[in-house]
Amino acid sequence: MIQQFIFYLFSAMAIATAAMVIISKSPVRAALFLVVTFIASAGLWILLQAEFLGLVLILVYVGAVMTLFLFVVMMLDMDGIELRSGFVQYLPFALIVLSVMLAFIILAVWHTSFGLGHANPSKETAAYNNIALLGSVLYTQYAYPFVLAGALLLLAIIAAISLTFRGTRNAKKQRVEWQVSVRAQDRLYKTSMKNEKRL
Amino acid sequence: MLLQLPRITPLFPEIFVLFMIAVVLLAGLFAKPRIAGRLTYLLTQTTLMGACILTFRFYDTETITTFNGMFIHDPLSQVSTLFVYVTTVFTLAYARQYIEERSIQQPEYYILTLFSVLGMMALISAGNFLSLYVSLELFSLPLYAMVALRRDLAAGSEAAMKYFITGAVASGMLLYGISMLFGTTNSLDLNVVASTTITLNPTMVIIYRFALVFIIAGVIFKLGAVPFHMWVPDVYQGAPTSVTLFISGAPKIAALALLFRLLTTALPSLHLQWTPILIAISITSMALGNLVAIVQTDLKRMLAYSSIAHMGYTLLGILTAGAVGYSAGLFYMISYSIMAVGAFGLLTLMSRAGVEVDKVGDLRGLNARNPWLALMMLFLMFSMAGLPPTVGFFAKLGVLQALIDAHLVWLAVLALIFAIIGAYYYIRVVKVMYFEEPDSQQLQPMQISGDMRFIISINGLGVLVLGLFPSALIDLCRSVF
Repeated sequence: MIQQFIFYLFSAMAIATAAMVIISKSPVRAALFLVVTFIASAGLWILLQAEFLGLVLILVYVGAVMTLFLFVVMMLDMDGIELRSGFVQYLPFALIVLSVMLAFIILAVWHTSFGLGHANPSKETAAYNNIALLGSVLYTQYAYPFVLAGALLLLAIIAAISLTFRGTRNAKKQRVEWQVSVRAQDRLYKTSMKNEKRL
Repeated sequence: MLLQLPRITPLFPEIFVLFMIAVVLLAGLFAKPRIAGRLTYLLTQTTLMGACILTFRFYDTETITTFNGMFIHDPLSQVSTLFVYVTTVFTLAYARQYIEERSIQQPEYYILTLFSVLGMMALISAGNFLSLYVSLELFSLPLYAMVALRRDLAAGSEAAMKYFITGAVASGMLLYGISMLFGTTNSLDLNVVASTTITLNPTMVIIYRFALVFIIAGVIFKLGAVPFHMWVPDVYQGAPTSVTLFISGAPKIAALALLFRLLTTALPSLHLQWTPILIAISITSMALGNLVAIVQTDLKRMLAYSSIAHMGYTLLGILTAGAVGYSAGLFYMISYSIMAVGAFGLLTLMSRAGVEVDKVGDLRGLNARNPWLALMMLFLMFSMAGLPPTVGFFAKLGVLQALIDAHLVWLAVLALIFAIIGAYYYIRVVKVMYFEEPDSQQLQPMQISGDMRFIISINGLGVLVLGLFPSALIDLCRSVF
């Protein structure tokens, strides 16, 4: 009973926020709604006893991908109205694509996966815990590729830094871009001073 | 669950290199900027030589698999890694002066090289699709970064973008093929895949074929053969010469070992399927590489097209699907990487601060300016053309012999015709060096330092000596298969 309640709560949250991603006017708000969608789907995963997938969804998508995405959206300074300009023009095509995809999805999975009977999956045995299972092979059977992946991450850091790092900040050197973009009022400014009294 | 410690003696070279990467990283960070470049250079060369000694010291003729089949320690992996070290040692020796004179950060350059070498070592010894894929990324990622490492060169950034994007697509294709194999065989282990595919369940053959096409596409990209060759000329030309030098040598050996692992370890039972694909690839590579190289005036671009042609010749050995052909292919690849490192190394050490030597015309009258360098270039060019008594002749001979043994005489004839066409542009370089007058601004003799002269002499004379006494290297390649 409580499980069904949680399921409907998370499902409704996922659907509502997914709709808000499309509807909301500002890109930043859309990205934030997408974060909530991911959290709701992570809740659904955990409800299905796939706790590793749920946690990874939060860690990777919410923690890393969406944060990065938000940074990009904030930096780009996108105009929401301009993005929506071709709405009527593209609407017929979008409707065609939507109806075709919907038809395929209904044909493929409606009778196997939809309906209330599928909301509550069959229980696994008590000893089943996929984080523990993953952990027990990660450092034993897959120790070698795990170490290689660690080396790969270190390499990614070094490669990224060596491509972008341009000397320490406090080094005294000529900065051409500053010199070019300088304005007259940065160099020269007028202040009003009191006239000295003539003696 | 009882934890059994895996056997780690076969991994000593890898562990040593990974440890030394950390040492070089710290040395580059904490050493005074004035000596950091030279210190990291020496440490890197020590690392490579140490790994060479370790591999040699623990040389096993039998096959050992460890870490649950993730790591294969066999003669193929040991011979290939040995030549990866050797070509990298030469590469760095040539590159040192070049990168010192340009705005390339030296510690980063050496660390990226070491990471790439570590990736190649792991790739060559991979016994599982998982370790194979991770090490493939470990070996290619530093290459992308190194191509873009020279900041003041827009062509380098452009080449890096092209290399990175096409490389990512190729990795994706390889991964897609692997996922199909995993889906049908339920295993990532190369040996298990081999024993599962051997039954050739008729309903599965179509999936195996799809997987095969995607896997070959991914590896052919790394080798740089037609139809996945488009990046080769642009990257070779756009990258700093010292990086082109690295890309043209050791990674080719690693990519060949990858092809051996995938085709001969994991999918030997599908050789009837992969032979025709490889025949088509090698014919088109030889044709396109040799014909397009004729019209190139940029020397790096010409050598890039020549490398495409050479990849075609290497594949000739492998498509025979027999031990003789495999060893001929390996011999071809090893001798090609020695020649390529020599040729690009010569360009690297002739380029000095502010002056890049990368046009065929830049070599005009080299004989008058530095006869010894011209002689070394002559050996290297003759070897690439496949003229006796250089090692290139025996490489081509071995491959053609394997073809004739496999009753593919028509293919051998075709390969010979393209080799004769290809000889034109190698000999043109020799003609430019010996029979043309240098330009007025190139009149002064070309000075190179003593250690550089020593290295290029070893490389150039090595091509000649290996051609005069090829039996040791041929026997080494035969003992692998």
